[in-house]
Amino acid sequence: MTRKRRRLYVLLACGIGLGTATGLALMAFRDTAEFFVSPSEIATKAPAPGRSFRLGGLVEEGSVERITQNGRPTAKFRVTDGAGTVSVTYSGILPDLFREGQGVVTLGTMTTDGSFRASEVLAKHDETYMPKEVAEALKKTGHWNPADGKPPPASTWNTLAPKSPGG
Amino acid sequence: MDTVPIPAARRAPARNLHRFANPGQFLRLSGAVLPWLIALAVGLTLVGLGAGLFLAPADWQQGDAVRIMYVHVPSAWLASGGYMTLAACSVLSLVWRHPLADLAAVEIGPVGAGFTALCLATGSIWGKPMWGAWWVWDARLTSVLVLFFLYLGHIALVRAFDEPERGYRAGAILALIGVVNLPIIKFSVDWWNTLHQPASIGLTGSPSMHISMLWPLGVSSLGYTCIFAAIVLARLRAAVMERRIRALLSARAEAHR
Repeated sequence: MTRKRRRLYVLLACGIGLGTATGLALMAFRDTAEFFVSPSEIATKAPAPGRSFRLGGLVEEGSVERITQNGRPTAKFRVTDGAGTVSVTYSGILPDLFREGQGVVTLGTMTTDGSFRASEVLAKHDETYMPKEVAEALKKTGHWNPADGKPPPASTWNTLAPKSPGG
Repeated sequence: MDTVPIPAARRAPARNLHRFANPGQFLRLSGAVLPWLIALAVGLTLVGLGAGLFLAPADWQQGDAVRIMYVHVPSAWLASGGYMTLAACSVLSLVWRHPLADLAAVEIGPVGAGFTALCLATGSIWGKPMWGAWWVWDARLTSVLVLFFLYLGHIALVRAFDEPERGYRAGAILALIGVVNLPIIKFSVDWWNTLHQPASIGLTGSPSMHISMLWPLGVSSLGYTCIFAAIVLARLRAAVMERRIRALLSARAEAHR
C-alpha cells in the first residue's frame, strides 16, 4: 500500500513539474505560435518591408475591388480588426468563402507605401454552422448582416425553425 | 518440484480495481458486452452518418462540404478521448501495476492512431475547398499532428523490448508525458490565433450550430465512441486469450520435459 502511494506521489510530482515546464515554454513561445498578426499589431510594430509574414483579420465591408492587372484577376481589399486596417493587393484566385465580413489570412510582405502585397489568401470561417434558410431568415428580419461580421448569439437562432421553401 | 512464484497482483485481495484483472472474469464479462456494443456502434453510426449526409441541411456558407464534419469532428474527439483513456491506463499501470491496464494501453494505441489519422485526413480534405489549403502549420493542426506522432511513438515503444514489462513501463511514461499536449490541442484555438475556427460546442454557452446539424453530429459521435470501445475491447480479448494460450503452451512444454 505504501509503495503504491509513493508511486502515486512521484507521478503527481512529475506531472506538476512537467506541467509547469510546458506552461513556461508555451509562454516563451507565445508570439511564434501565432499563425498571423492583426492589422493593429502592424500599426504598433510594423514589420520591415520585404519580410514575409501572415496578416489576418476581417475583410472590411465595401472595400473589395476586383480589377485585372497584367491579364490576371487582382483583388484589392482592406483587412481590419476593428482597431486597425491594412490595404491588401492579391493577384490570383480567391477561395470560395472569400467575401466582405469574412475572416482571411494572407501571406505576403509590406510594401514601402504601407500596403500589403499578398501571395496567398486563405479564408478563415467562424464556428457558426447554420442552414441557408436560417441565415436568410436572420438577414431578412435584420438580425444579421454577414458583411458586418459576427452572427447574433447562438441561443437566438440555433433552434429556429425556418419555413421550408415548399411551405 | 519447485513452486511457481505467484505474481504480486494475484496475491492482492480481489477487490476494486483488481476485480477485473482476473482474465477469466474479464473474458466472460467482455464476451457478454461485446455483441451489444458492436450492434450499438453500427446502429448509431449508420443513423448518425445517414442523417448527417442526407437529412441535415447544407451550411449557409460552406454548402455541402460541411458534411465532412460528421466524420471529422467525432474522429477528432475520439483522437483526444482515446489518448485520455491511454493515459488513464498508464496511471493504473504505473501506480497500481494493473495487468489488464498494461494490455489495454498496448491495444488502445493503434486504434487511437487510426482515429487521429482519420481526423487529419478528413480535416485536410475539408480544408482545401474551404480555407484554400490542404495543410497549414497553425497551432491546432500542428498539435494534432504531434498527438498522432505520440500515438506512433507509443505503439513502437511498447513493442520495442524483449521483456514486455519494460515496454509497458516505458510506454506508460511516454503516454503520460504526452498528456501535456491534450490541453494544448483543446485551447490552441483560444490561446493563439489560428486558421482553425474555435469550438462550436462547449461546456458553457449555447452551441453555435443549428439543432438540425447538431443532433446528427451527436449521434455519430456516440456511434464512433462505441466503435472505438468495441475495437479496443475485441483487441483486448484477443490479447488476453493470446496470453492464456502462451501460458498453457509453456506449461505443457514444461510438463513434457
